[in-house]
Amino acid sequence: MTSQVSSPSAEQHNLGEQRNPVKETKRLDRVIIRFAGDSGDGMQLTGDRFTSETASFGNDLSTLPNFPAEIRAPAGTLPGVSSFQLHFADHDILTPGDAPNVLVAMNPAALKANIDDLPRGAEIIVNTDEFTKRAMTKVGYPASPLEDGSLSAYAVHPVPLTTLTVEALKDFDLSRKEAERSKNMFALGLLSWLYHRPTEGTEAFLKKKFAKKPQVAEANVAAFRAGWNFGETTEDFAVSYEIAPASAAFPTGTYRNISGNLALSYGLVAASKQADLPLFLGSYPITPASDILHELSKHKNFGVRTFQAEDEIAGIGAALGAAFGGSLAVTTTSGPGVALKSETIGLAVSLELPLLVIDIQRGGPSTGLPTKTEQADLLQAMYGRNGEAPVPIVAPSTPADCFDAALEAARIALAYRTPVFLLSDGYLANGSEPWRIPDLDDLPDLRVRFATAPNHDGEFWPYLRDPETLARAWAVPGTPGLEHRIGGIEKQDGTGNISYDPANHDLMVRTRQAKIDGVTVPDVTVDDPSGEARTLVIGWGSTYGPITAAVRRIRGSGGRVAQAHLRHLNPFPRNLGEVLGRYNKVVVSEMNLGQLAHLLRAKYLVDARSYTQVTGLPFKAEQLATAIQEESADV
Amino acid sequence: MSEAPAIDQPEPGPLLPEGGQGGRLPALSLVPKADAKQSMKDFKSDQEVRWCPGCGDYAILAAVQGFMPELGLARENVVFISGIGCSSRFPYYMNTYGMHSIHGRAPAIATGLATSRRDLSVWVVTGDGDALSIGGNHLIHALRRNVNLKILLFNNRIYGLTKGQYSPTSEVGKITKSTPMGSLDAPFNPVSLAIGAEASFVARTIDSDRKHLTQVLREAAAHPGTALVEIYQNCNIFNDGAFDALKDNATAEEALIRLEHGQPIRFGADASKGVVRDPATGDLKVVAVTPENEGSVLVHDAHATSPTTAFALSRLADPDTLHHTPIGVLRSVERPVYDTEMSEQLETAVEQHGKGDLGALLNGNDTWTVL
Ligand SMILES: Cc1ncc(C[n+]2csc(CCOP(=O)(O)OP(=O)(O)O)c2C)c(N)n1
Ligand code: SF4
Ligand SMILES: [Mg+2]
Repeated sequence: MTSQVSSPSAEQHNLGEQRNPVKETKRLDRVIIRFAGDSGDGMQLTGDRFTSETASFGNDLSTLPNFPAEIRAPAGTLPGVSSFQLHFADHDILTPGDAPNVLVAMNPAALKANIDDLPRGAEIIVNTDEFTKRAMTKVGYPASPLEDGSLSAYAVHPVPLTTLTVEALKDFDLSRKEAERSKNMFALGLLSWLYHRPTEGTEAFLKKKFAKKPQVAEANVAAFRAGWNFGETTEDFAVSYEIAPASAAFPTGTYRNISGNLALSYGLVAASKQADLPLFLGSYPITPASDILHELSKHKNFGVRTFQAEDEIAGIGAALGAAFGGSLAVTTTSGPGVALKSETIGLAVSLELPLLVIDIQRGGPSTGLPTKTEQADLLQAMYGRNGEAPVPIVAPSTPADCFDAALEAARIALAYRTPVFLLSDGYLANGSEPWRIPDLDDLPDLRVRFATAPNHDGEFWPYLRDPETLARAWAVPGTPGLEHRIGGIEKQDGTGNISYDPANHDLMVRTRQAKIDGVTVPDVTVDDPSGEARTLVIGWGSTYGPITAAVRRIRGSGGRVAQAHLRHLNPFPRNLGEVLGRYNKVVVSEMNLGQLAHLLRAKYLVDARSYTQVTGLPFKAEQLATAIQEESADV
Repeated sequence: MSEAPAIDQPEPGPLLPEGGQGGRLPALSLVPKADAKQSMKDFKSDQEVRWCPGCGDYAILAAVQGFMPELGLARENVVFISGIGCSSRFPYYMNTYGMHSIHGRAPAIATGLATSRRDLSVWVVTGDGDALSIGGNHLIHALRRNVNLKILLFNNRIYGLTKGQYSPTSEVGKITKSTPMGSLDAPFNPVSLAIGAEASFVARTIDSDRKHLTQVLREAAAHPGTALVEIYQNCNIFNDGAFDALKDNATAEEALIRLEHGQPIRFGADASKGVVRDPATGDLKVVAVTPENEGSVLVHDAHATSPTTAFALSRLADPDTLHHTPIGVLRSVERPVYDTEMSEQLETAVEQHGKGDLGALLNGNDTWTVL
């Protein structure tokens, strides 16, 4: 379905037409809502739906799903709380927001786990039905927080969500337990009313999702409508809010909402099309990367082959085999999987075959925090192999940017015949934002030329290089007359035959390094509106949103700070050294203990300061702004 | 993908040959044939062979090079992929496409190639350490998937390349550099392992018996799906004579059981011994053949649906003395081939949803326009 942001009212749905004219409507420029409940309460689905409604309404938005690694952690406990935060606005925004203005708490655990993040004055919608003595004791509330005055700093809306849902569904042939399950849709209906969200998308979604169980579909739609109507009629919600579409924030075009992993998957399909090579994915399931495997496995009609291997080593091995045969080969994983793949990445470096290694980083070390975000695999990607084994590294900066980053990684891999790392992370993977759908004609041409004829005195030498890129000749099996053998043993320059010659090894090591050092990457751009900043804040990957938001805050209060963000971490942009040299102070902000700072200090001898955080969550803009200001105070 | 390929990539053959049999394609029907008659020489690369003089690998190389012309495949559509070990140097000596990869991973790499390029004949060369120790996981999964791969496992019951440590096929008590007081762990029987891993084709042969080796290669090549061929190979430097019991005229007759499909399983001088089923346990045992029991000698059925008897046959061998070692094709059954089925899913997806349309994919069904 397509709607037009310039005239949202044209698409008003039937629920909206019934809006009570006596209730007051207020205009807001932005809102941050957090839905929180038990892992089994369907909070991610609720958040996703609210996001879709918001996207099709035309607000700018950014999301932060946050859930436990356990599928169904014990019910009603603090570790079992799952939440979804959504920031939406009538202007351009960069992050899912620091602190929610509205918390929807489906049970005591959800309230307790999230209350500390709420600023004074925030609204809390609580499901009072779940505030039983037992449930409260379970999370350590000695008395009901709804009654003991401890929430007096907030505007609390007590709503018996469960009872109301069951009541609304009493005409359905459902057990109480089954009916209760729709309480998240009741809550969604209420919130949709409260924020004037278009609702037809959710109704259509529910009908499709439960197409095989029409009874369940109807019940969910009914609960959703009941929630909406409850808002309309109850005294407790006297005011509803409008947040105008962010029309001015968006260049003209067609938009959709997209998460990082989906954008990345689409980027891979697009790269395959642009390269005119079939896509092959070899992968082993791991959070938060599995969704790419799931997504690509749906697109077999694009000639996409997905192979769920026995382990990560086989996943990348199969991809490398497919690359040898002329596929655009990809392997997707997270940090622990990268550790297993290192030896094969080294082989790919030696074979000089194109291969995309996609690492959706999560908290480490070891199993770490499977569902939380971190950027601590940078040095693993950079150095985590035996021998001198340079690998280019590309990092997307926002969920939608994962699409372009995939194309860019494919460009480098194919043009230079090399494995390439793409470092996304859990925050980008699961977070979403509006994406301007690109014009297919604007996508880069990624076609490659395979070798088809002998290249050296009637022979084929697989390690003869293009003088410009240093890429070696790539002949795929099936090409007559070019039969050759490649392997991980050191090869003689040119012929590719086994060679243990000392001088040749020295040459080959340096040549492989020179090839990667010579990869063309765009210069890094610096944002410094005043032109007078003496502090540069630099980051990479998913910290783009929070850093940019922090920089805006500083500038908003009269501060001067320059910002640069790196998409290419190996090789660095050619102008990076010069850029760093322009500032008295360089602050590097990243979700690790200073890995980029380490690389910058080593390469450019710059006294880079680190501001880091490894909480498994993205930076908060306000905190970051304060930290940057403190760092630059004495400049 | 899109219409005009920018590259001269060979067009893969049709996905189903005429009169295709669904998931049961003949192994090589999609591989282009050679234009002219080939000879052994065509398959020899220009690289100097560097195994130790006397190594059993030479005989296997000669047998493979000698056999390939018989298949008559376009040489450029043949690929050898190996892991690491003495045996894994093999691809360098074949004048085909080849990859000498990393330790144990060849079956995984070959799986990616074979599934994405069904116009290729893909061979894996591996050793007992490569296939059964570091690469054990990939081997069993390749076998159960039944990818169109031919795996040649050179079993010398030792780590050759790393200079003589015991391997997962070494007999218990093996004295090596890493086990001066004797190895402690029980060996794998690769044939039993393969049968347990759902292999659709399992055979065993010996480096020194060129005729038998060639016959087994022939059957393996014709098999649709994964074929595992265990080749007993002598490492004359670190485990010399490991298979003498099977090679020495004086002992071989009593030790070797040559299996032939459809034939009674008899061996020994004047075929005086036979394999029968013990009615009490259902297990197999070796008996002296008499006119009374002659009729109950088991007839070898390589195509039996159940792997039970093939497994029991594989267990007759004594891991220490090698007595009663069956060679030949123990099991050869047809079952769906992974890469065929994968391609069929791709075709079905096109039938169901049409050829992928990138514009439609990127748009999805929930968009809005900003004017
Ligand atoms: C990851 C890794 N670990 C260890 C080695 C060392 N290594 C090379 S070959 C080999 C064993 C080879 O034995 P086998 O597969 O039986 O081959 P053979 O040399 O006997 O033919 C080992 C342990 C290696 N190359 N790579
Ligand atoms: S060490 Fe053994 S297996 Fe290796 S080449 Fe020498 S004889 Fe052959
Ligand atoms: Mg060995």
